[in-house]
Amino acid sequence: MQEYNKTGILSKKDITLPNKKQMQKGVAVIECIQKIPCNPCVDSCPVNAITMKDINAPPKIDFDTCIGCGKCVGICPGLAIFLVKIIENNKALITLPYEMLPIPKIDDIVDGLNREGKKIDDVRVVKSKKVGKTYLVTIKTKEKLSNDIRNIKVK
Amino acid sequence: MREFFLRIVKHPIIDFKTSKDLKFIFNNKKYYGKSSDTIASALVANKIKVFSKSLKYDNPRGFFCGIGKCSSCLMTVDGIPNIRTCITPLKEGINVKMQDRYPDFSNKDFKKTKKEKIKTDILIIGAGPAGLCASIESSKLGLKTLLVDENPVVGGQLIKQTHKFFGSKHEKAGTRGINIAKQLDEEIKIFKKKNILKLLLESTIIGFYEGKKDFYKFGLIKRKDYKSSFCEIECKAVIFACGAMENLLLFPGNDLPGVYGAGAVQTLMNVYGVKPGNKVIMVGAGNVGLIVSYQLLQAGIKVDRVVEAAPFIGGYHVHAAKLRRCNVPILTSHSIKEVYGKDKVEGAITVKLDKNWKEIPGSEEKIKCDTICLAVGLTPSTRLLSQMNIKMEFIPEAGGFIALHDKNMQTSNTGVFVAGDSSGIEEASTAMVEGKIAGVMASRFLGVKVGTEKLLKQYREELKQLRSGPFGEKPRIAKEKIEKLRS
Repeated sequence: MQEYNKTGILSKKDITLPNKKQMQKGVAVIECIQKIPCNPCVDSCPVNAITMKDINAPPKIDFDTCIGCGKCVGICPGLAIFLVKIIENNKALITLPYEMLPIPKIDDIVDGLNREGKKIDDVRVVKSKKVGKTYLVTIKTKEKLSNDIRNIKVK
Repeated sequence: MREFFLRIVKHPIIDFKTSKDLKFIFNNKKYYGKSSDTIASALVANKIKVFSKSLKYDNPRGFFCGIGKCSSCLMTVDGIPNIRTCITPLKEGINVKMQDRYPDFSNKDFKKTKKEKIKTDILIIGAGPAGLCASIESSKLGLKTLLVDENPVVGGQLIKQTHKFFGSKHEKAGTRGINIAKQLDEEIKIFKKKNILKLLLESTIIGFYEGKKDFYKFGLIKRKDYKSSFCEIECKAVIFACGAMENLLLFPGNDLPGVYGAGAVQTLMNVYGVKPGNKVIMVGAGNVGLIVSYQLLQAGIKVDRVVEAAPFIGGYHVHAAKLRRCNVPILTSHSIKEVYGKDKVEGAITVKLDKNWKEIPGSEEKIKCDTICLAVGLTPSTRLLSQMNIKMEFIPEAGGFIALHDKNMQTSNTGVFVAGDSSGIEEASTAMVEGKIAGVMASRFLGVKVGTEKLLKQYREELKQLRSGPFGEKPRIAKEKIEKLRS
């Protein structure tokens, strides 16, 4: 049995991660690894970067095709897709789906949490976009935490 | 003072409509509720947890299921006994009383009411995802349809599902359950206008009366302003889409007020905007336990932990991951040993289990909390079916006794169909497709066949797809068993 079946926490080796070049362009990282009957991400992608063999297969993403638009982040029922973009000065932008209160404001400093809900950095909110009732919140953090921060907590 | 201790004021997903304050009397004391409340939700909002007393030991009982199935919330309203307060709307000035353990069953007014008769082609019992989809299909095919539900609104349990649904676009994936309920409601409105579909809310089918070669007769109780009237229904075909009820778990203190079914808590907070308490322990890490835990957080309620007796998380990983990154522990191989408190939940003792699911002595942990949510599975509601003498079998994978049925949702009695959770516990997405199949097949049974072959083929393929993964294994096994025993 996989460890995440016991803990609910993925390790980075469970996920297909983009390389640095792809991350500089800005791409979606999909943390959906189980066979579950669900495919809205496939339908939402405007460039067909996400594919599935059948509705139960975990989604596969072609990072080179992905344009980092975030459509899949807004639709994913499992809130399991994140955008990651490496920017200058060893920093990175992470866009995550957020369905809690309070809603963070631009320039707020919030707690950057890892997959276990532990705070690992103070991060700045740089963008916030509402898709339906889900907020897509973009935060700025250190490049090395691009694939560690997966939630925020408003102070 | 109009104090509402446990109202959810702000919510990230739900816009609670502003509603009027209503005054009412409970056990001779004045309280305030909202016009959007049921009697039960208004009481909980006023921090009242004891709803009834147990028959033998006079133990206090709260309500458990919150959806009109468990009977522990029965009260007397304006002198009328046995009102299911959890599904009955609150009204200005009513006088609510807890019942004696042995309530007065007489209801003289009821005997005086005029008996109504309704004839229809197809009767559909339950207006949840399965029943709604079934009624849309049969109405589309031009058959006179009567849709009946106990609740004041349609949608069944969709009305509390604030999360986006899984599945494909055919089952409205990516849309929140609450919005799917609205969409389906809009669809049936078209048929209501055309007088093809008749909808009876706050109405309960209470019994099967007569079955002849070409019709079935049922008794129905209609409720209005707490008063009941009787109606006789005659139909040529019937679809049972009655849903399911949450299971209770055996442990000392499981009847203390504050021990709820997870779905009851979901109803309280997502439909009525009332918090069940402030600190919750969730029992069960299947999808219901995980989803409701996340929704508790969204309502601003602390979830101390999720305990799961199995050595692994039963629900989707993505749901578990959402909780974990909010710092909620999910403890597998852990269970609840005991819940303690005087007249209400004050805390619980959890315990670790070994690989044989036996409690490990010394691993107990005492946790203070005010609410326990049980998400330990569901049992299909099938009592009416067994009353009709339909062939039933106990199918563990389906959650209990099931009316045997074939791929067409046809039971052992011609013209009697099933769909949704009452035909085996599964998901809302599959319930919708099963409802569509039952709706089409009931129409075919009554002679309307044009274009139905193609529809059926499509729906069967959708079902097959939805059940083809590892999470579809249990329902797949269940349905195979059911079909095999049926033939």
